Formats: sequence, C-alpha cells, structure tokens
Amino acid sequence: MSGLRCRIAGIGLLGPGLPGWAASRPILLGEVPWTPAEPVIPPPALLPPTERRRTSLVIRLALAAATEAAAGAPDRAALETVFASSNGDGAIIGSILAALHEPAGVALSPTQFHNSVHNAPAGYWHIAAGSAAPSLSLGGHDDSFAAGLLAAATAIAARGGPVLLVAYDAPLPPPLDAVRPTGLAFAAALLLRPEPAAGVPLALRFRTEPAAPPASGDAPGDALDALAAGNPAARALPLLRALAAGRAARLALPLLEDAHLAVELGPC
Amino acid sequence: MPPLALSAATAVTALGRGTGPLRAGLLARRGGLQPCDLPDMPEGIWIGRVEGLEAVALPPALAGFACRNNRLAELALASDGFAEAVAATRARHGAGRIAVVLGTSTAGIEETEQAWRRRGADGALPPEFDYARSHDLQSLPRYVRARLGLRGPALAFSTACTSGARAIMEAAALIGAGIVDAAVAGGVDTLCRMTLHGFAALEVLSHGPTRPCAADRDGISIGEAAGLVLLERAGQAPAGAIRLLGAGASSDGHHMSSPHPDGEGAVAAMRMALRSAGLAPGEVGYVNLHGTGTRANDAMEDRAVHQLFGDRAPCSSTKGWTGHALGAAGAVEAVIAALCLEEGLVPGCLGIAAADPAFRCDIVTGNRAAPGLARVMSNSFGFGGSNCSLILGRAE
Repeated sequence: MSGLRCRIAGIGLLGPGLPGWAASRPILLGEVPWTPAEPVIPPPALLPPTERRRTSLVIRLALAAATEAAAGAPDRAALETVFASSNGDGAIIGSILAALHEPAGVALSPTQFHNSVHNAPAGYWHIAAGSAAPSLSLGGHDDSFAAGLLAAATAIAARGGPVLLVAYDAPLPPPLDAVRPTGLAFAAALLLRPEPAAGVPLALRFRTEPAAPPASGDAPGDALDALAAGNPAARALPLLRALAAGRAARLALPLLEDAHLAVELGPC
Repeated sequence: MPPLALSAATAVTALGRGTGPLRAGLLARRGGLQPCDLPDMPEGIWIGRVEGLEAVALPPALAGFACRNNRLAELALASDGFAEAVAATRARHGAGRIAVVLGTSTAGIEETEQAWRRRGADGALPPEFDYARSHDLQSLPRYVRARLGLRGPALAFSTACTSGARAIMEAAALIGAGIVDAAVAGGVDTLCRMTLHGFAALEVLSHGPTRPCAADRDGISIGEAAGLVLLERAGQAPAGAIRLLGAGASSDGHHMSSPHPDGEGAVAAMRMALRSAGLAPGEVGYVNLHGTGTRANDAMEDRAVHQLFGDRAPCSSTKGWTGHALGAAGAVEAVIAALCLEEGLVPGCLGIAAADPAFRCDIVTGNRAAPGLARVMSNSFGFGGSNCSLILGRAE
C-alpha cells in the first residue's frame, strides 16, 4: 500500500497543564512534572475585534493551537487547513438543542446558528489569516486526530502545498456529556509541508488491521498519556512526546475499529 | 488531476428514490417541494421531504445506527443498483482499497432532538439513545462502510453547504494519492429542527417554493437528500461512464455567513477546478449554480460566474426541484450534472419567468436542449466562507 510523506514544520499545543508547545516541551519530556489544570484559552489576537467578540471558547481553543503552529510561517495565508474535531462546538449545539425545546417558543440566536457549523473555527481562522486557501473540517469520533492527519497528508500529496492541521475537542454540556464523556479541552496543531521542506519527516500508511497495543517500554505510561483516552484531540500526545524528545518513533493511531494509521516519525 | 469515472451514481431527493424520478422531474419541469408538514417547524415554509423515510428499516445487524440520516443513506444504497455496483468494485479491488468519504452538516442530530423530548426528570437523555452511531458526524460513513462491507478509510467532512462536493474532491485526492483504488463519495443530510429554525432565525427561508435567480426571490427552501457516486480510475469503470474532470476549493476569509460581495472565493474555487481539469472557461457547456435563492448568494454568484464565463455559459440552479440539501447539495448536484450530460439537457431555473434583470450571466429559465453538452461545472458555497467547484464531463 502506498504511503504518504511530509515534514512537520510547526507545532501548536494547548491542553490541561500544557500552555503552548514551547512551554510544554519539558513537561512532555518528563523533566518537569505535569500538573493537570483547566487550560487558559486566550482570545484570538489575529482577529479584528468585531469578529473576535463572536468567537466561542471552542473556536478560541482551535485558533490558539493553529496560531502557535503557524507562527513562524511566512506563507500563513497560503496554508490549506484541516480542522479535526469529534464534538465540534458542544456548548453551542447544547444551547441550540435547549432553545429548540423551550416551552415558551423557539428563538435561536443567528450568531449561534452560524457558529454551530462544524467548520466555524476554520471560517474564523481564514478570516484571521486573510487566507483564501482551501479548508476542510471533519469529525471522526475518537479517531478524529488520525482522520485529520490522513486528510491533511492526502491534501499535500494531491495538491503539493503546505497544510495546517488543527485537532481540537472540548467537553459537551449536560445532558450530552453523559452520552459522550470528554476530558478537559485540548488542541494540537501541526504545520505540514511537502518534502523536501525543512522539518521532521513524517510518513503515514493506512493499515487494514486494528492497531496493536503499544509495545512495553515504547513510551512511558503515565498520567499525561491517560489524557489521550479522554479527549480525541489528545490522541496527538504520543506523536507530540516523540517530537519533544526529537526521537524517531513508530506509532499506530487507531482509525475505525478494524484499521489504523501507521505513523513513522523520522529523527529530527 | 487524472480523470476519474463515476462507475455508479444515485440520488434520493424530494422527487423520489433514485435517479429515475429526479431525471423525469428535471425533464418534465416538475419539482419536489411542498409546504412543510413536519411538526414543530417554522411557520409558512416549504421543504423538500423524502416520502416514507421514517419507515425505512436498517439491516438488523446495524440497527444501532438507526436515525433519519442513516435511513436516508440506506435508501440511497438501495437505489440505482448502487450497493451492487460497489460489491462488484469490491470484488475487483478488495474491501480495504475502497474509501468512504461523505459530507453532512447535521448527521443524525434529528435523533438527538427526539431523544431530548424523552429526557428523564433529571434531564438525562434516554438510555436507548446511541450518540456515537447517530449524532456523531462519523456515524454516516461508519454506517455506509459497514453496510457495504468495506475496509478502507472512512471520512466525515462537514464544511457546511460544500460538504458533499468537498467529499467528492477529497475522495478523488485519496485515489490520486494511491491510498485507495475507489471511493464511495457524496453527502447525506436530513431535515431537522435545528437546521430549519436556524435558517429561520437568519431570516433566509422562502415563503413559497424557492425561486433562485428570480428578481423577487425571497430565500431558501431546505430539502433533505442523499447523493452518492462510486469513483474509480477511468480505465476500470464501465465504458461511457461520466467523468469527474476537475475540482477546486477555496475560503472566503471574509465573513462567517455572508459571501464576499464580489465572490472572490467563488472565483478562486472555479479557477482551481478549471485548472485541475485543464480546461478553459469556454469548454464548459453549463454551470449548475449553488443558487440558493437568497438575495445575497445569487447576486454574488452571478458576479463571480460572469467574471470567468461572461454570458457565454448557460447557468441555472436546480434547487427549485430538490430544495437546498445543505451538506448533500454538492453531491446531489454532481449527480444532476451527470444526468444533464447523459440527457443533453440544461434545466432552466424552476418557477421563474425571467432572471433578475440585474444579472449578467446567461441564466436559463426554461429547459434547453443541449445535445452536444460535454462538460458541466457544479458550484457549492457555504457558511464559514467555504467554496467548492466540481467539473464533470462525458467520456471522450
């Protein structure tokens, strides 16, 4: 089966106790202990104030990771984007569902409705970046990060340009949280460029068998790793930890019940 | 891009199940819109509703996926011999070499709306509600993949009203990149209260059947629909199968719900589609417009299309037949483009006597015979400034 190859040229991260990629590297390496804490999500400085006011917390979460990953890119407006999220904007979906069942009558907010589309963070990013490049938004339940990675690498292979991948997920409000439990807000972003650009080599293959459980000693199983079980975007953590360590790695990211994405990270 | 073929195509719309009633309706200029008869919806609107959808049963082994959207997907798989065509392709390439790439805006959220009504005294959703297999976006491609016995990647795209078109474009990319040899691609979207009340809040729903491109157009009629195509390399498809020649996408980067007034993003997507097909504008014989029937969209699209095609390409919107099928619209209209190519037909906008006199494109308002029609462009634009343009053509 053919593989997909590209380079990782920028990284963004915002999660519980993980305040940005640069600040989180010592934590990912285990040099500094990880302290779980609700992430502080900044307002998107790139957006003009009128648009900034309309952004929800989930939109800000996605834009924070995107902004960090693309910070060093001279061609920010030319980047295609792939936004991957299982839950989308749960706060908005929950509030619309509640409003639809108001006994006094239905009155939806127009701003909430247009922000409810799954590609709302993408829409705001392209306004912020002044970008006319193509953009994809997708959902993939627990495997959203792997699905996004596959879509992003495919876009690079098909169109030959750089792609900014942003995976983000946040908890749903009640009563949806009971049927779809999700850990604290988490976002990870990767700026991917076609070879032979500078960056860490990344190779992907879609495999039609389930992911094998990680070999013992492959990665330290600790509290930080446990985040990945609770939030689909945090499934990026094993890849981010290998990137932080600057080591080559082979990872198997589950993608559907009976398949996975085999990921090879070259040495830095 | 290397041209791919539509080895199979189907659509389930307000006109009925399969391409048969859709083709007949286009030829006879008979649409499928009706006054809204679903409960608890905005007053005085028209919809495109698929008859009998509520009664569709999923195969017992997949009953957990039951929701309005997956029922509509099931109807599509059972139409036009689509599932049988996929089975034949699966036998040729292997289940792991066929992807499922589908667009939807709301997946099975109608199921969540119903579950919400049955909440317990503590506010909890009922225990039988299956979030992952109905509400979740991934529910749609997972269902279709399982139903067709496929093992390739399954992707759920949700880029508002371009979802179905983007799914076809990215399915072609997966084949082009060698990840798979074939793909089931398209979109499925169903009527739900969130969508209808949401568009009502934006004050863009028409009070009668939608009349795109009319001077007195007053908005959208939402329709539910499924559009599916089976894509594979041209050499492996049945002789004469319609081709996907090119695709393009762009972002407006302008506003969340209003298109760029001059349609810069729309122009960029159309240009990219022409470039990927290796075609000049003069080689496109018909443009199937996004044409939602809102004041802003249709005026913007007229300016954008005119910038590339002048008044030389016949244009129309077919949403007067099907309604606006949102995340399925781009896929349904790709299937309509294929029907137009097969029939040599330019279907004029339905329900209007003349185009808005302010428009400069060649807006067609009656059916026009086009026996030599060889290439059709299909446009889709959506919230978040998402644009996508596909080009389909007859086999040379």
